[in-house]
Amino acid sequence: MTEFALTLLRLAFLGALWLFVIITVVALRRDLLQPREARPASNRPAKPPKPAKPPKPPKPVKAKKKTSGTGPSLVVIDGPLANTVIPLGTAQITIGRAPDSTIVIDDDYASSRHARIYPSDGGWIVEDLGSTNGTWIERTRITQPTALTPGTPLRVGRTTMQLQK
Amino acid sequence: MSTAARAATVQPQRRNLELFLIIVAWGLGVLGTLQVAWSTGEGVHPRFWITAGVVGVIALTTHIIVRWRVPYADPFMLPIATLLTILGLVMIYRLDVAAAQRAERNDNPIPTPDVYNQLTWYAVAATLFILVLIVLRDHRVLQRYTYTAGLIGVILLLLPLAPVIGATVNGATLWVRIGGLTFQPAEAAKIFLTIFFAGYLVVTRDSLALVRTKVLGIGFPRARDFGPILIVWAVSLGVLIFERDLGTSLLFFGLFVAMLYIATQRVSWLVLGAGLFAIGAVGAYLLFGHVRTRVQVWLDPFAYADTGGYQIVQSLYGFSNGGLFGTGLGRGYPDLVPFANTDFILAGLGEELGLTGVFAILLLYAVLIERGLRTAVTVRDPFGQLLAAGLSITFAIQVFVIVGGVTRLIPLTGLTTPFLSYGGSSLVANWVIIAILLVISHRARRPAAAPANADTAATQVMKR
Repeated sequence: MTEFALTLLRLAFLGALWLFVIITVVALRRDLLQPREARPASNRPAKPPKPAKPPKPPKPVKAKKKTSGTGPSLVVIDGPLANTVIPLGTAQITIGRAPDSTIVIDDDYASSRHARIYPSDGGWIVEDLGSTNGTWIERTRITQPTALTPGTPLRVGRTTMQLQK
Repeated sequence: MSTAARAATVQPQRRNLELFLIIVAWGLGVLGTLQVAWSTGEGVHPRFWITAGVVGVIALTTHIIVRWRVPYADPFMLPIATLLTILGLVMIYRLDVAAAQRAERNDNPIPTPDVYNQLTWYAVAATLFILVLIVLRDHRVLQRYTYTAGLIGVILLLLPLAPVIGATVNGATLWVRIGGLTFQPAEAAKIFLTIFFAGYLVVTRDSLALVRTKVLGIGFPRARDFGPILIVWAVSLGVLIFERDLGTSLLFFGLFVAMLYIATQRVSWLVLGAGLFAIGAVGAYLLFGHVRTRVQVWLDPFAYADTGGYQIVQSLYGFSNGGLFGTGLGRGYPDLVPFANTDFILAGLGEELGLTGVFAILLLYAVLIERGLRTAVTVRDPFGQLLAAGLSITFAIQVFVIVGGVTRLIPLTGLTTPFLSYGGSSLVANWVIIAILLVISHRARRPAAAPANADTAATQVMKR
């Protein structure tokens, strides 16, 4: 082996090592950029802890996207979960940070068990469950179970929802 | 839940990229070994192609199992781990050659080569890697064994102190010897303890995050929440005192503080951790001779060049001899550093591959850790988040502590360089960590079953 050949070999080894690194970094870059384009701007990076168990019936996961107006539903209009639609059936739904809530809100301004919405006489009632920062309908903090009217904003922490018939 | 967003971020599987990178890694191994053989004048070993074939088969098998079991897992972690393992094998072979040639010059019997041992350990590690991928379908199962894992972890940590099987090698009692086999239980303990920390913190993080008293603008937790951090601190100190193992105690304490911080998002834990670390460090410096020696050698290695500082001084000479592009594999003197194939393997690589090569290796570690942390961010269940973050952090701490020690950035503490160092326990444990990370990553990146892409697109249009 001549000195020249060994030098070439040595540079080839370093080159191949860096080739590996560069391929990795280029592929990584594409990997990093791709999700950002697909992700709506209002969504924060995937952080909210999800319930570990398989979803119970009125789960947001199963929630049909806002396609047709079949039955009443609760639509998140602002906040990290914007555009989520939860169909309202006969069961109550709970809102809070606890992983077993129907709507899990990962928000410093929401309590673990923040509020619940339950059906009553064909309408829907929202009740605050002793949350720290309160449940708000328009600009007022509710102190007792209050009937929800369609189109009125209901705010929990930084999330705003409304009832849609 | 941002299901809509998630459905849109279906990641490409990129298994072919993974395969390609593994082939490049294997090629690098072949190229490196040939270079060593030619430039040392040793000549290509008759069994070289068999050995290279074995490495290739192991690497391909791991890749095929990944395709089969965790097709959506991250495509970068496996090739990087493979490349680092192969680079380690090349360097260990290189040091074997150096040792053999030196023995020949001095008319000593030629020592048995280490590279075949390491190759065997790579096979064992790959087997365990495959086993974990096959057995562990869902990482959340591990949460059920939180306290069992904690118990096993502590027992493993304390095992070297046991009377018959414990063994002291080079002043540190971190070995267990059963029959002819020795291993470092601390390497396995780090996996079990990470599982324990993750399971424990998922349950307790809310109470640990409660802030009661504000001091200097930073909220500190209540006194009774101090408990866990104090216990881990005490155990770390115990390891330091009774096993005289600086690296392991640093690793576990750092890991716990980092996981506490991630779980609670409270800076106060970092402040507290740094404070406890400072107390422990100063105490150890004042009480233990071997810690004091380490610090003094770190401050002025050349004053102790013939005694305690010999190793670090030789390592620095090695780096300096390597310069920007290195001497080339087989052309340096990496064997002048004691323990060149374990703690100081990076010094040898620094000499023969130069700054360029060391940067490439450090970047590989950086990407590996980034992928692990990214898995932690992507996965949805809190236990998985903490586990993935914790396992990645063990790599980060280990690389920082040992690379910092070898390059004299911080006082030298003995830890293995993940994947590169000669040593079975460390290699096997690190491959198991990669397997667990791949399982978590598979679950994180797997597309949700139901929603189709058209559906998601429709939702986004309706947004405004």
